[in-house]
Amino acid sequence: MKLTGAQMVCESLIREGVDTMFGIPGGAILPLYQTFHQYPQLKHILVRHEQGAAMAADGYYRVTGKVGVAMATSGPGATNLVTGLATAQMDSTAIVAITGQVSRGAIGKDAFQECDITGVTLPVTKHNYLVMDIHDIPRVIKEAFYLAKSGRPGPVLVDIPKDLFTEEAEFIYPETVEIPGYNPTLEGNMSQIKKAASLINSAKKPVILSGHGAVLSRAFDEVKDLAERAQIPVITTLLGISSFPETHVLSLGMPGMHGVAYASMALDQADLIVSLGARFDDRVTGKLSSFAPNAKIIHIDIDPSVIGQNVRTQVPLVGDVKSVLQTLIPQVKQNNHEDWVQHIEEMRINHPSLRLKEKDNLTQQYIIKKISDITQGGAVVVTGVGQHQMWTAQYYTFSQPNSWVTSGGLGTMGFEVPAAMGAQVGKPDSVVWSICGDGGFQMTLSDLATIVENKLPIKFAIMNNHFLGMVRQWQHLFYEDTFTATQYSGNPDFVKLAEAYGIHSFRVTEKSEVDNAITDAMEHDGPVLIDFMVDPEENVYPMIPPGESVLEIVEEPTEEPTWR
Amino acid sequence: MAIGEHTLVALVLHQPGVLNRISGMFRRRGFNISSLTVGQSESEDLARMTFVVQGDDATVEQVTKQLYKLVDVVRVTDLDEDNSIVREMALVKVSATNQNRSEIIQISEIFRSKIVDVGAETVVIEITGDQSKIDRFIILLQPFGIREVMRTGAVAMSRGNAVTAQIDNNVSGASRVNNRPKDYDQNL
Repeated sequence: MKLTGAQMVCESLIREGVDTMFGIPGGAILPLYQTFHQYPQLKHILVRHEQGAAMAADGYYRVTGKVGVAMATSGPGATNLVTGLATAQMDSTAIVAITGQVSRGAIGKDAFQECDITGVTLPVTKHNYLVMDIHDIPRVIKEAFYLAKSGRPGPVLVDIPKDLFTEEAEFIYPETVEIPGYNPTLEGNMSQIKKAASLINSAKKPVILSGHGAVLSRAFDEVKDLAERAQIPVITTLLGISSFPETHVLSLGMPGMHGVAYASMALDQADLIVSLGARFDDRVTGKLSSFAPNAKIIHIDIDPSVIGQNVRTQVPLVGDVKSVLQTLIPQVKQNNHEDWVQHIEEMRINHPSLRLKEKDNLTQQYIIKKISDITQGGAVVVTGVGQHQMWTAQYYTFSQPNSWVTSGGLGTMGFEVPAAMGAQVGKPDSVVWSICGDGGFQMTLSDLATIVENKLPIKFAIMNNHFLGMVRQWQHLFYEDTFTATQYSGNPDFVKLAEAYGIHSFRVTEKSEVDNAITDAMEHDGPVLIDFMVDPEENVYPMIPPGESVLEIVEEPTEEPTWR
Repeated sequence: MAIGEHTLVALVLHQPGVLNRISGMFRRRGFNISSLTVGQSESEDLARMTFVVQGDDATVEQVTKQLYKLVDVVRVTDLDEDNSIVREMALVKVSATNQNRSEIIQISEIFRSKIVDVGAETVVIEITGDQSKIDRFIILLQPFGIREVMRTGAVAMSRGNAVTAQIDNNVSGASRVNNRPKDYDQNL
């Protein structure tokens, strides 16, 4: 069958099970777009900024497990993808980005809208390709999808020069992938699993540290089995949230810089950490030399390079979390760890990190707690980055597996709008709440138009404090209240703005209005935007200052330091 | 091996951009390499690279893992110093006069190097050996006035039957070939 390069791309995408793509056309990718009408099974969602395409693809992947597809034209279209690709690279999420490139003859000549995007994205992709021969298109796309979703997932970019789209050649789709330098280890090594089991069986104070790998491998049942079988408390990293139900008695929540005190303390006092797809990021460990001083570490990860990168490991175990746990669990003896679990319960009572303050002001914590209560912890929750993100991690009680979408590693503000879009496209029947900061929201709000166009009933809650709240908090704590460039005095009227897009919207200024506002939003059929006017002086606690150990933890101060 | 120099040899896909991927990884992860050489291997679609990396065992372990993480890297071997041959070539252009030319030639002979060009005021010498031999040679020539030094960086190979960074062809039937050493994941 002879096909054009453009048709080959579409045929290949269909064979990879793609049905949705996010993108914006432009000169170099136009011949590809002009074939879409021949393939109605490929739905293209026209975004307003290519950054939104990459992040929507990311959100889509996170909730569905299907590789997200982003498309952009050459030059500025492609460079606009970069932040989204870097976000995906840091959080190990599978995206395939297809970019148009100037024609082969023009490459390297500074042609109009030319950019060396494979060069630019080298450090922010798992792998990338510049296709220079039409016969390579099917193989490259097959490899791109395989690389993106297998092993430790990540973004892959495929750059295709414009003239390849219109050339013709025989279309042969390869059945298998042959990449001699790539073969992720999925099954754990038996003798390492035995060692792990014996450490777990002899531990007195074990904890499970469940990370994004547990979510990505969909090991929800296995994490629960392991925890319940040996009564091991479960600590979830920021990206590990929703790998274990937070309604469970063994759930401790998030540790680290803004984690709950008892989770950080449990890590500190543990004699064994069973790490499931977590990478001991600095936000979790704090000062490495005093991190978990008494703990042995079983480090289970699909990526060998994160094992031993930050902490010393007694049992390195390379493999897919789900597969490793399935082999490991039968070797773990039932246990109740009564004293240890009891001790943690006492810490929970003595260090109540999540107590809402008796305060008349409208606080983000209060709103998020209410959203959690009213949605019964069952919504898909998307956030941006900063205070509202940390409070959502703390105060939303996630009861459903894989229901949390946030930019953890890169910490990308503005993620909340396009990622929510991708999540709602991927899960049309789920309730999607996007918790936004007023700063991040203004970085990507242009995609409200996309949301309206595609009738996506996302519920936006803007935590409007007229500040870059987390930056303000650091200026307050570490820079003597010098609030340089953090106040947003020129915010638009978000309600009018939403109305201009045709989105149902209202403002909340009082605590007493919160319940009704959330319920109204839930009852409305389409997208809703609530502008919550929140207290700008609230700080996120607990806080372990950067580079410090859990010993330096600052829990909620009894009196807020005055800063004005 | 503790802190010091390690010689790593990698078998990589011989295609455009592979050098950029590897050198970019060294740069962004902050690894120090004192030399990097690349050239065709015995197989047309594979190249062999030799890196001389500075660091302790943990650093070399990370370098190896990060190399393996690159899709184009097929196999990495950390060479055992005692069981490998490491060679570097250098061209050294040194000032020479009628008075001292024979002295320079004498030194060159001691080092078993070759005079490849003799000009009115200069001599170009080709020398092959391990790094320390070339270092010592250059030091000895310094009093004559060194005009230019061009070094290739080290290439290395293990002694005897062992083939350095070899593709494992014993795994047949599988759609993908796992070319990591069998005990790789357990000896992290």
